[in-house]
Amino acid sequence: MPEDWQQGGFGLYIHWPFCLSKCPYCDFNSHVAAEIDQQKWAQAYVSEIGRIAAETGSKPLKSVFFGGGTPSLMLPETVEAILSKVRECWTLSNDIEITLEANPTSVEASRFAGYKDAGVNRVSIGIQALNDPDLRRLGRLHTVAEARAAFDTATNLFDRINFDLIYARQDQTLPEWRAELTEALNMAADHLSLYQLTIESGTAFGTRHAAGGLHGLPQEDLAADMYELTQELTAAAGFEAYEISNHAKSGSQSRHNLIYWHAGDYAGIGPGAHGRLTLDGVRYATECPKSPQSWLESVLKTGNGELPRQAQSANERADEYLMMGLRVTDGIDLLRYENLAGKQIKYNSINMLSNYDLVTLQDNRLIATPQGRPVLNAIIKELLAE
Amino acid sequence: MTDLSKIRNFSIVAHIDHGKSTLADRLIQETGTVKERDMQAQLLDTMDIERERGITIKANTVRIDYKADDGETYILNLIDTPGHVDFAYEVSRSMRAVEGSLLVVDSSQGVEAQTLANVYHAIEADHEIVPVLNKIDLPASEPDRVAEQIEDVIGIDATGAILVSAKTGEGIHETLEAIVNELPAPKGDRDAPLKAMLVDSWYDAYLGVIVLVRIIDGVLKKGDRIRMMHTNATYPVDRIGVFRPQMEQIDELGPGEIGFLTASIKQVRDTRVGDTITHEKKGCAEALPGFKPAQPVVFCGLFPVDNAEFEDLREAISKLSLNDASFSSEMETSAALGFGFRCGFLGLLHLEVIRDRLEREYDIDLITTAPSVIYHVYLRDGSMMELHNPADMPDMSLVDHLEEPRIKATILVPDEYLGDVLKLCQDRRGIQIDLTYAGSRAMVVYDLPLNEVVFDFYDRLKSVTKGYASFDYTIEDYREDRLVKMSILVNEEPVDALSTMVHQDRAEARGRAMVEKLKDLIPRHMFKIPIQAAIGGRVIARETLSAMRKDVTAKCYGGDATRKKKLLEKQKKGKKKMRQFGRVEIPQSAFISALKMDD
Ligand SMILES: Nc1nc2c(ncn2[C@@H]2O[C@H](COP(=O)(O)OP(=O)(O)OP(=O)(O)O)[C@@H](O)[C@H]2O)c(=O)[nH]1
Ligand SMILES: C[S@@+](CC[C@H](N)C(=O)[O-])C[C@H]1O[C@@H](n2cnc3c(N)ncnc32)[C@H](O)[C@@H]1O
Ligand code: SF4
Ligand SMILES: [Mg+2]
Repeated sequence: MPEDWQQGGFGLYIHWPFCLSKCPYCDFNSHVAAEIDQQKWAQAYVSEIGRIAAETGSKPLKSVFFGGGTPSLMLPETVEAILSKVRECWTLSNDIEITLEANPTSVEASRFAGYKDAGVNRVSIGIQALNDPDLRRLGRLHTVAEARAAFDTATNLFDRINFDLIYARQDQTLPEWRAELTEALNMAADHLSLYQLTIESGTAFGTRHAAGGLHGLPQEDLAADMYELTQELTAAAGFEAYEISNHAKSGSQSRHNLIYWHAGDYAGIGPGAHGRLTLDGVRYATECPKSPQSWLESVLKTGNGELPRQAQSANERADEYLMMGLRVTDGIDLLRYENLAGKQIKYNSINMLSNYDLVTLQDNRLIATPQGRPVLNAIIKELLAE
Repeated sequence: MTDLSKIRNFSIVAHIDHGKSTLADRLIQETGTVKERDMQAQLLDTMDIERERGITIKANTVRIDYKADDGETYILNLIDTPGHVDFAYEVSRSMRAVEGSLLVVDSSQGVEAQTLANVYHAIEADHEIVPVLNKIDLPASEPDRVAEQIEDVIGIDATGAILVSAKTGEGIHETLEAIVNELPAPKGDRDAPLKAMLVDSWYDAYLGVIVLVRIIDGVLKKGDRIRMMHTNATYPVDRIGVFRPQMEQIDELGPGEIGFLTASIKQVRDTRVGDTITHEKKGCAEALPGFKPAQPVVFCGLFPVDNAEFEDLREAISKLSLNDASFSSEMETSAALGFGFRCGFLGLLHLEVIRDRLEREYDIDLITTAPSVIYHVYLRDGSMMELHNPADMPDMSLVDHLEEPRIKATILVPDEYLGDVLKLCQDRRGIQIDLTYAGSRAMVVYDLPLNEVVFDFYDRLKSVTKGYASFDYTIEDYREDRLVKMSILVNEEPVDALSTMVHQDRAEARGRAMVEKLKDLIPRHMFKIPIQAAIGGRVIARETLSAMRKDVTAKCYGGDATRKKKLLEKQKKGKKKMRQFGRVEIPQSAFISALKMDD
């Protein structure tokens, strides 16, 4: 019998923790540093890849993802060093996806060709908004013109390109979003990530919000209308939603992110990176120290950049599969769920939820309906095993 | 033994926050009763809630020695009293134990409703009154105007009023001299049989029940056997002492003196405030008139959020009521909320204080239901039942008529807000009794139904007058009116804890306001929820809470899966803080907030 993770596959996540400045909405592990010794960093990533590969063995690798932070601040040589080591350690699948997250400034776009030479075959560009005043309110350093230029550079080099937009911004109206999204769909390549702005505690926006500031954020009904409009416009343009916030032309879904949503295994390397590894039949949640300096030092001094591992319990695995799997349009396999949980899913709750048309059962798969997806958290809370 | 002519007993009375406790601090300090390093602001407010809210809840007695300008040393017994109307009972009974009052008036504010109420109590108790104009350090202080106001509104002579700043200490010496020279010495006969007034009693963890007494005649000594004339119980006296303000034991208390005794009394319930204490043998012939007991007037249900904590709540309530005779409780069951207690209080502040203490000292999360008053329900069979809880209202077909308690409310308010105050009283079914002016302030007297006042009247009054009005009331009588029970149905199911008694003419407006409120208070669910107000079977207002439309995490990838899941789990646990009614979860705060009116 195949192990559970194989239904999602295996990928590698590399976290680059540095940015040129900190965006006020962002709660990712990103830091602004004056000087970065890229050689040392490359050495650390390479060492960590070696350490993990020694545990996983040379199994087929479906994808590599350079996330951040701002990975487009990495020198192409750094990326090259990492990818050479990857090739050395794992069997790369024929259609391996190698994505790098980029911020759209001219300096960064100038490195795109170098990344391509190193082996990157997909970029994900953080455009965020298609008007300058909103970009400024989001604390972004680039302009729309720069973003478009970076995007054009990318189109000349890569077949597969995603860009991110953040909507449900302060004072944004439904017609404004319709116009902006239409524009975005006109320029889009094969993939779009469209995120509603989330106010995260611990960020500058979070602090302002808690203090009663940050006005003009949409109320529930407007946010729901924006979400529905997004589904409608993207579908009409052939960018079907395959996940809550992700849209792709057919066949262009992000393979890397599907590993997460299909509860596959992934190695997480770099400050604050998380991973999931099945070793000798036990699935572990791995985590690295968040501070770039402590991670780097611990790797270079002890040869290990990981915090103590946790084995996942049956409930944890089942709940994680549920929470991640219902985000994608193919939902979760109930047999797989039951194998993980060691018990049946809560059928009473499923009956209730399907009465309200929020979920459906198809071929023993549980799927959130288009009405269910915008209230997925409520559905998940109803079904959590723990 | 102390010569009666060298004793002065007095209470410090005032409107809330006019500076009684601060004045007491200065008197204690000036006479060196407490060492400088042990002094702190509002020294006598020792309960946590008193210190936190900066108000006095419990009256406190202190004995101080004062060497006056005439060269004699006097014993002064002062009682600091609470200002809030809910605790007016504490003030009036304290006054029975003393011969005079310092009437403190904030000279930047002037005469307020409780100033008046306290003066009436003082006059009733036959007190000599010394007016004290406090806070003269404040720029807004206008002692001349306020003195005039005292003469106009209250009708007492204010020419001898003392100008004081309890903050800076100015006028404190003059106050002490006035106490000695203006207030009468107590009378009493040392050789007569013991006759002492039981002023107050409370429970102390180390000493058991402590009884505050005022000796009228005779002498009380340690080891004496005493009899409580009302309960007829007898006890040997273990300890006798005075408060300075901490307890100090002495050998005897003579006529005119105030102090405490302990006598192995087990429960506060075994004592009755106002009772007369005498010796078991050769007791006095006639008891003192006694006090009218304090009656709870506001009732509400207290339910543990977690049903498993019912026993803890029972124990906590019984402990608290040991020490507070004005707080009543009986078990209650609610279809909606499970097991709890129907509790009676002196007013809303009293309710809040007790609820706070239950939640904090006993660590129990509570759901408080809407406060209500006692209705008299006259049934067709000629009998009358007291209705403490709208949920117990009998079927209307059995009811002949209902009566509700009415109050006489006195409100003092600056002229410019008078219109708003009149409108508020009118809206609450008030009948105007009197309207007079004192300078730029109006004094309105209204006859109002208590049930329109217990809930949010005071909040509303404060908000329409920007805090410039003051309010006092006394319960008058019961009167018939057209009252009905209004039920609330959430998702077609009645929620008994949200039932209220309302006047027929106002039922629809109330029902409308309540369902609209509930629509905002109940979070959206995965389905839509009708919320209705009904009288009997007739729906008088309806709102529909739409189904939830958006609750989804925008970004969820590998890195943050664990955290996102923890967040959902936490939210799910948080839902347990809500009450489940069929499929609907109602937050605990809704039970009170639904009734607040923004009129
Ligand atoms: N400026 C000034 N403030 C004062 C003076 N006397 C009291 N205060 C302040 O007024 C507030 C109320 O004082 P308290 O002594 O607690 O008043 P109280 O009359 O005992 O209040 P309750 O017991 O709640 O009725 C406090 O903030 C005091 O510091 C004074 O003479 N001058
Ligand atoms: C962590 S960022 C990394 C990529 C790159 N540094 C950038 O900013 O473009 C990945 C994406 O997450 C999205 N994002 C980050 N914080 C968000 C928030 N609070 N609400 C919604 N989307 C957010 C943005 O669209 C961003 O492009
Ligand atoms: S949003 Fe991107 S650029 Fe901005 S701080 Fe976060 S990771 Fe850095
Ligand atoms: Mg006080």
